[in-house]
Amino acid sequence: MVRLADLPGWERENLLKRVPTLPRFDGRPWVRGPALPRRRVAIVTTAGLHVRGDRPFGSGAAGMDYRIIPGDAVAGDLVMSHVSVNFDRSGFQADWNVAFPLDRLKELARDGIVGSVAAFHYSFMGAVSPVTNYEPKARELAGLLKQDRVDAVLLSPV
Amino acid sequence: MATTQVSLVREHTEALAPPRALWVPFMLGRPFGVPHDAAFQRDVLLAALRLLERDGGPVIEDYPHDAPHDDLGAEPEGLACPVSFPGRPSQGTLAEQLVAEVAQLAVWHDLAARHRGRTTLGVTGLEIDALAGYLASWLTEPPPAPFRTGLSNGAALKLACDELKAYYYEAKSVQPGRHGSAAIQGWFWHDTAAGQAFVALREKAACSADPSLKPLAVQSLVPRAVEMNLKTVPPAST
Repeated sequence: MVRLADLPGWERENLLKRVPTLPRFDGRPWVRGPALPRRRVAIVTTAGLHVRGDRPFGSGAAGMDYRIIPGDAVAGDLVMSHVSVNFDRSGFQADWNVAFPLDRLKELARDGIVGSVAAFHYSFMGAVSPVTNYEPKARELAGLLKQDRVDAVLLSPV
Repeated sequence: MATTQVSLVREHTEALAPPRALWVPFMLGRPFGVPHDAAFQRDVLLAALRLLERDGGPVIEDYPHDAPHDDLGAEPEGLACPVSFPGRPSQGTLAEQLVAEVAQLAVWHDLAARHRGRTTLGVTGLEIDALAGYLASWLTEPPPAPFRTGLSNGAALKLACDELKAYYYEAKSVQPGRHGSAAIQGWFWHDTAAGQAFVALREKAACSADPSLKPLAVQSLVPRAVEMNLKTVPPAST
């Protein structure tokens, strides 16, 4: 559905006008690693998900920090407090794997297609501009992921 | 740290040029395609993870399949709601209609929670009747105190509105008939007291001197797609 040609003109323009505001990066780091069956994988989502009872996301500082999603979280634990109203939530409401495929990732690990699943996953709310404001928290997260021996991160939008 | 990602807006990903990205032709909000189709979700996930095995990049690969048809809202087999669903309440003020409508939907939301084994409610910590009462009081009285310490009026209202909408969406999804996301959105904004109340709250936020309410007036209460339709509809009265 998110082929720009398929969208109404006003929505297409809204998405395209953001392109010039996106940062350009000088470096192009390319990190190699072991084959997939030996990778330890974490999910980092920008869907504004968190465990019920955690601080909701919001504007300002409340929207910049990440939330921790334990690897043993189950579907009933997660709620969404993303500030945007311009994406579908009915899919997540019906099945969390539409936005946060932890069940699928665990199945791949069980089948030996990926090595293992991280002990912790993380969630941001991807509505802050410019996106470079996330950099300090992203660097912090990279250190935490390394502590968890993660060597592959799946970044998932919403 | 090696990363791979799913991309929903290809043009944004092209501009950012991350190391590895799988562009998918799915609607915003559904990066893994469709609910309750584990095989499809697994295929998308694996396609993204396989990019980790590429020798060089950056690479943006296009996922070749559209999302399967979504049966969201098909009546759960073996589960029957004990009452027929009445239409929108027509008596009383908009605030009273909102409270009555929320009560009417309770049996459907109960059914949805049983069917799915979960609910996505719980961000505000309010029970649904308290949530409805909180929002109803916004329509008729000065702003009520936020339901949690440390929240601004705007932040509390935003969380409450999003949670009430989730309640409606979850309840509607199990009513007889097929209710895809567009149909549920259309129903919510055009056929419910809640949708009308949200539009009224947006107007209230626009007129308020409270800066915490400004985001609700311009972007974070009424979706752009709905806003475009509402431009031809006069503001609702409360």
